[in-house]
Amino acid sequence: MKKLINDPQDVVAEALLGIEAAHPTLRVDHQHRIIARVDAPRPGKVGLVSGGGSGHEPLHAGFVGPGMLDAACAGEVFTSPVPDQILTATRLVDGGAGVLHIVKNYTGDVMNFEMAAEMAALEGDLRILTVVTADDVAVQDSTWTAGRRGVGVTVLLEKIAGAAAEQGRPLEQVADLARRVADNGRSMGLALTSCTVPAAGKPTFELGEDEMELGVGIHGEPGRERVPLAPAREIAAMLVEPVLADLPFRRGDKVIAFVNGLGGTPLLELYLMYNEVNRILAGHGVQAARSLVGSYITSLDMAGTSVTLLKVNDELLSLWDAPVRTPLLNWGG
Amino acid sequence: MADSVSTADLARWMHAFAELVTEHKDNLTALDAAIGDGDHGANMDRGMRAGIAAIDEAAPDTPRALFTKLGMTVVSTVGGASGPLFGTLFLRLGSALGDSTEVSPTELAAALRAGLDGVVARGKAEPGDKTMLDALAPAVTALESAAAAGTSRSEALQLALSAAEQGRDATTPMLARKGRASYLGERSVGHQDPGATSAALLLAAAVRAPL
Repeated sequence: MKKLINDPQDVVAEALLGIEAAHPTLRVDHQHRIIARVDAPRPGKVGLVSGGGSGHEPLHAGFVGPGMLDAACAGEVFTSPVPDQILTATRLVDGGAGVLHIVKNYTGDVMNFEMAAEMAALEGDLRILTVVTADDVAVQDSTWTAGRRGVGVTVLLEKIAGAAAEQGRPLEQVADLARRVADNGRSMGLALTSCTVPAAGKPTFELGEDEMELGVGIHGEPGRERVPLAPAREIAAMLVEPVLADLPFRRGDKVIAFVNGLGGTPLLELYLMYNEVNRILAGHGVQAARSLVGSYITSLDMAGTSVTLLKVNDELLSLWDAPVRTPLLNWGG
Repeated sequence: MADSVSTADLARWMHAFAELVTEHKDNLTALDAAIGDGDHGANMDRGMRAGIAAIDEAAPDTPRALFTKLGMTVVSTVGGASGPLFGTLFLRLGSALGDSTEVSPTELAAALRAGLDGVVARGKAEPGDKTMLDALAPAVTALESAAAAGTSRSEALQLALSAAEQGRDATTPMLARKGRASYLGERSVGHQDPGATSAALLLAAAVRAPL
């Protein structure tokens, strides 16, 4: 294992120190491992709290700031945050208008956020609504599994719900918008190499030089199948076609097209992929109204990509375009 | 089951559970590496060590205080799915046993049933899904039958342990339907479930303590 670390046990704690030092607009509670807007709570604004295992950066800490998240909870690498951590973050950002929990659909994440919401309900002073993302079409038989995994759509949802909250919309409306995003987005990923968890010290799975894992999860979970290495134009089709077929996306639909890097793939290749994805979309008469290209939800050092398509209308597009000021997404006036 | 148990007995049971988790840490991790993410042993060990330290320091004098402290500590240190599941089990045990200083066998069985119901509500799993439930549910049923029949305590706990171990072993041919293992589909068959393995240790601890 070759990594820029000191001790594998200290990776998350030391990265949080770096986040705090690098971004004066964020404040970090090191005891609870919470990254929050320095001006939280914002009175009268719905608070947005997300979180999950570490190792997916910039998700979620990189998306804390005006127009997106109010706080992020960092778990151990690939391990969900815990209820009192989530509850502390929720209290920290509650400006009296309630708090939205944004949770990726993994058994541990869902249970820990659920317990935090129950603990808050016992105290009776906090209003919490929860939205769960489950956009990974690689998991097909969701009746017989823990359900589809939450992946790329989480990034788009945090941006859009964050914009709605920033506009001062009430909790129910922000939650409804968030659910619409979750319902209208689909993703699929592909790994060229495994990730290596620092504490494990060796690759999570073995993948031959001439193989790819199609439908991989962001923790290195197995996908649909192991396939021979192929050119980018074929890979794009393997990812885009099942995503298009699943919602389904139809001729004339507008989408936000998100080509994501999984941590070990250069932007050069991601733009090359975006070209292939865009070409396939055009062939189906689906218009990429907006794009996002880069490594925003990663799996440590895994080489590979995921494609997320979100069907949008004018309202969702205007929320996407609204100003955002976070370490990783930053635009608008 | 003739005698009742005290808060101190229950604390010894949890000490024994923590010891067993430490002893089986590498095995739990190896089982989890095969069908999960390979951290079950380390997570349970960290959580139970912290839980034991917390109850030793607080020196609780009621079952409710004991299991509430332990449950909250486990929930806040384990993470993942095991934290909320074992944490809920302990918290429900605590609220079911309440402040009674002498717990009768029937009360203990009923409290474990309440804990089991809590795990079901939290995890939304069913028997046969290849989870901790597959070890825990038959053990609780065995304990209830033994308590109703007036079996001696040591014999009742042995029966519950045997039921838990059979349930644990029965997870090997099962197809996982919950948690990370479920993504493996058919590839989860042929592996013993790590959660059922640690749940069986809870009964082994009751025999070892002995409770």
